[in-house]
Amino acid sequence: MAERDSRVTTQLLTRPRFLGPGYLGMLRKDFARNRTIYLMAVPVVAFFLVFYYIPMFGLVISFKRFTPALGVFGSPWVGFKYFEDFFQSYFAVRIIRNTILLSVLSLIWGFPAPIILALLINEVRSTPFKRSVQSLTYLPHFISLVVVCGLLLEFSQSSGLFNDVRGWFGGEPISFFQDPRFFRSFYIGSDIWQEIGWGSIIYLAALSAIDPQLYEAATIDGAGRFRQLRHITLPSIAPTIVVLLILRMGNLMTVGHEKIILLYNPTIYETADVISTFVYRKGLLEFSWSYGTAVGLFNSVINLALVVMANWISRRVNETSLW
Amino acid sequence: MALHKRSAVSVVFDSCNTVFLAVLCITMLYPLYFVFVASVSEGNQLMAHTGPLALPLGFSGAAYKLVFNNPLVVRGFLNSIHLVVVGTAVNILLTSFAAYVLSRKNVYWKPVLMIMAVVTLLFERGLVPFYLTVRGLGLLNSHWAVILAFAISAYNMIIMRTYFTTIPDSLEESAKIDGANDFTVLFRIILPVAAPVVATMVLFYGVSRWNGYFYVMIFLRDRIKFPIALILREILIANSADTMMAGGDAGSMGDHENIADTIKFATTVVATVPILLLYPFLQKYFVKGAMIGSVKG
Repeated sequence: MAERDSRVTTQLLTRPRFLGPGYLGMLRKDFARNRTIYLMAVPVVAFFLVFYYIPMFGLVISFKRFTPALGVFGSPWVGFKYFEDFFQSYFAVRIIRNTILLSVLSLIWGFPAPIILALLINEVRSTPFKRSVQSLTYLPHFISLVVVCGLLLEFSQSSGLFNDVRGWFGGEPISFFQDPRFFRSFYIGSDIWQEIGWGSIIYLAALSAIDPQLYEAATIDGAGRFRQLRHITLPSIAPTIVVLLILRMGNLMTVGHEKIILLYNPTIYETADVISTFVYRKGLLEFSWSYGTAVGLFNSVINLALVVMANWISRRVNETSLW
Repeated sequence: MALHKRSAVSVVFDSCNTVFLAVLCITMLYPLYFVFVASVSEGNQLMAHTGPLALPLGFSGAAYKLVFNNPLVVRGFLNSIHLVVVGTAVNILLTSFAAYVLSRKNVYWKPVLMIMAVVTLLFERGLVPFYLTVRGLGLLNSHWAVILAFAISAYNMIIMRTYFTTIPDSLEESAKIDGANDFTVLFRIILPVAAPVVATMVLFYGVSRWNGYFYVMIFLRDRIKFPIALILREILIANSADTMMAGGDAGSMGDHENIADTIKFATTVVATVPILLLYPFLQKYFVKGAMIGSVKG
């Protein structure tokens, strides 16, 4: 499919009549023949233009001193002023460090978790138990972030459930979300709780695609379960792991704001404030429109570079890529 | 396997594995169970209690009474239903249009549309310019802001297109010969055949509409328009007592403090129950949907 698509594109791009009258004629004829297709495409194209491409164009306000009264076009150009302001500020190091740390730690803890879960579920012999484990571990994925974060805050209060349990072992109560040291663990831990089951689906699918004959042959040759795991199971799902790992690398500078905004407060900005939350605070709460946009643009450009790089590596390694 | 006697190590492993997975399942369920049990407990006893709960402490429907008498919660629930129903309908309509166009063979400009969509996955539009655009359209403080601004997720569009391309051409060709136009083909032939993927899309879009809080938070101003997720945020996260007690008979409640926790839990239950009720029905679809998604076009 993709191959044919790209062939069509190159054909269109290389033919000189692409912009000539011949092309317009072709378009007119095509329109007459497939009118309903065009009708369907109009709202779709309009959607992407209005809600994605106009905002992307709006990123120019990073280079302007934007005020709502003057608008995007009327506001004066200021060049790289806001980028300089940002990089000279104390925040730059803090939020870039927090973003990278949070995402790297999430990768280290959160990436292997669903793989291990899938391998464990795969070893279960009883089908009803297997099904129940799957259903129950997928469930948290569908629970609202507001609920998850609300409960997390509730349970981590000094009089909350976590501290009650710590109390049994003689621990002093701690207000976990008032102390910057704990934020990362709680953020990552709750993420794993919520997404481990959902993340395991793709690995379970890869596991179920393994030819059972391989295991039968291995058993006859006297290989135990651990050796089967090492020599059959892991090599079979390795390509899936590699692709997902590489794609994950592309998101190394991406940490979403939606969850953190629910969890953080000024006392823990030291570890909890990341680029996206900073953009939200500056841009929308403190009305530093241009400054917030500039910081966001810096992040988007890096993310784009990382995704393109990850995709390139993925194609090299696995002949699988996003495009 | 039957021929082999299972080794001792293997038996130990299986037992540990079963125990571990069972504990994991309890960890997944217990917070929800705790919320439910706490929501029907007596406020005073819950305040005095420390540690996990196995059964309700006493039994009281007081919190639910307050929650259902709270106009913000009731309105929020209705607003959420509005956002989910209208929003998901718009999602399915536009996403299937896009997927249909992209799955046609004779549409020679479709790579342009595809690139247009994929770019949105690769490059963020910028939160501030996005907000300014929605404001410029005069959509602030309207449900239409979120309904329209999230009408198509390029990711879901690709899932749907992938599914559409697997539908044999012969089906639609016969309809075309009978003079059907593309709308008829889409609604009468493609969508019924693609029911599993449509169900998956309804689930993905519907759940994110029900759960979404951030963009409604920045786009809506009047609390009477807030969906339940946002009301829940005020109650759970901002700990806003007046949101909790809105419309309640404040005079008769000397024990505000005591009942505050049970109200939090009761509202959480009210906001989560619709998803829990639908979950068993939708479950059979989403695994397939998640698979199509991860294999991509």
